[in-house]
Amino acid sequence: MSTVNPVQEHAAVAPLAVERIRADFPILAQPMNGKRLVFLDSAASAQKPVAVIRAIEECYQNYYANIHRGVYQLSQRSTQAYEAVRGKVRALLNGADDREVVFVRGATEAINLVAHSYVRPRLGPGDEILITGMEHHSNIVPWQLLCEQAGATLVVSPITDTGEVDLEDFRSRLTARTKFVSVVHVSNALGTVNPVQEMIAAAHERGAAVLVDGAQSVPHLSVDVAELGCDFYCFSGHKIYGPSGVGVLWGRLDLLREMPPYQGGGEMIRYVTFERSEFAEPPQRFEAGTPNIAGVVGLGAAIDYVHAIGTERVAAHEHALLDYATARLGEVEGVRIIGTAAAKAGVISFVLGRVHPHDIGTVLDLEGVAIRAGHHCAQPVMQRYGIAATARASFGVYNTYDDVDALVRALGKVRELFI
Amino acid sequence: MSDLRDLYQEVILDHNKHPRNFRSVEPHSHQADGYNPLCGDRVTIQLSVEDGMIASIGFQGDGCAISTASASIMTEVLEGKTVDEAQALFDQFHDLVTRDEACPEAALGKIAVLAGVRDYPMRVKCATLAWHTLHAALTEKDEVTTE
Repeated sequence: MSTVNPVQEHAAVAPLAVERIRADFPILAQPMNGKRLVFLDSAASAQKPVAVIRAIEECYQNYYANIHRGVYQLSQRSTQAYEAVRGKVRALLNGADDREVVFVRGATEAINLVAHSYVRPRLGPGDEILITGMEHHSNIVPWQLLCEQAGATLVVSPITDTGEVDLEDFRSRLTARTKFVSVVHVSNALGTVNPVQEMIAAAHERGAAVLVDGAQSVPHLSVDVAELGCDFYCFSGHKIYGPSGVGVLWGRLDLLREMPPYQGGGEMIRYVTFERSEFAEPPQRFEAGTPNIAGVVGLGAAIDYVHAIGTERVAAHEHALLDYATARLGEVEGVRIIGTAAAKAGVISFVLGRVHPHDIGTVLDLEGVAIRAGHHCAQPVMQRYGIAATARASFGVYNTYDDVDALVRALGKVRELFI
Repeated sequence: MSDLRDLYQEVILDHNKHPRNFRSVEPHSHQADGYNPLCGDRVTIQLSVEDGMIASIGFQGDGCAISTASASIMTEVLEGKTVDEAQALFDQFHDLVTRDEACPEAALGKIAVLAGVRDYPMRVKCATLAWHTLHAALTEKDEVTTE
């Protein structure tokens, strides 16, 4: 077992008190198959701290009611709690205005919303939408559907062998036909952190607006939409230690104001007759129906939790774990890391000889180690590397060097069995 | 939760390392492709049926140890069986890996080594992929017969 603490060696910021953080996550206390639970799948969905669980419980127990409707006190308190989270999100992303924050079901819905309400009215035959070769299915399929409807073309900038965007190629694919660009900030399958600021600037030079899929970046690195200069940014609550079923679309207010609604219903109107309806201003225009009230409250608690730890410390901690895991996995004979970009976040994808990742996953599970095995909803990435699937370990605030050691030990068992 | 060796028995590990009948069957009377979108596993089953009897059967594809071993064992067991016997085994195998009180394992012979999959719901589809593909090949022969 390693006695040095690589965080202290690598990071300029104070290291995390990981043992104390682990105690905030009740689920981690349970043994798994008689072993200590080692949870290395936060990239799929993160676990929830007590603060988030309590916030949701308190909402239902003390002040729950539908929002924006009742004149009674419960509804007012519920509305206040819900609306206060917009400010927390705005601060998290360094947005300019709370009205830029639209609550949705998750990053997937945010992308579909932008596809439907921003891009669809602007897209015609012969037009193009540009994405990269490392997108999650949720940032491919909505554009395919849209291009099919509009007679437009989905253009893909391929990735390099290391799993990085080729900026030259990316720029060359931006033309007068490019109507929209949608790129992932951090790849869920490879861990690559993309140079989105340069990509956004290049797209803007060609007059194309840009959406950044931040599902894998919030809260693993500091996100500043003003600095990035993007037009839209989205993330999912469940990946930032919040509840599932809630997420955020951040959009520039001038763009949101121009956009028609995504779904029709209650809450999103100003005035309705049978002949016509007037729509509410953003963000309500895009929040038809009763929203995920307790989910949004839980998201607020999650943002507070991450904020209290400090995103920069989280990023430094996870980066140190990534460096340690990269070195340790490199010592395991037969391991090949998929995605070796210079800039990576806490995601490490690998294959082990010819052992199928699902077999790796099952053996690891019996050792108490939870990883993801499969195509990670990024089949084109797998095709790029000529593999069907990878095993993937990903890190969160609660992970330790012991977790990495447990992973490496368990991979020894996989080797014993299959190699 | 059972032990690792209950799932990955020696027979399974052996069939995974050295799959039997991992080949194309030419000419064949039946063929089907199976795909498990959950994990991306693919298998192609080809067989040559003569007078209602499986004269030759082979598989090709890419999958985990469970799906490879299951396909390998299936082809070994089915060679020489009638189509009706194969269909009956398909039903029995399905029960074996999905139900706690399946028919006695002894009656199933070699394929009973996959009984451990029962405790791993996420892996049941790995074990049944080849069998579902066989079923498709035998029942939709008009659509999926030879080139």
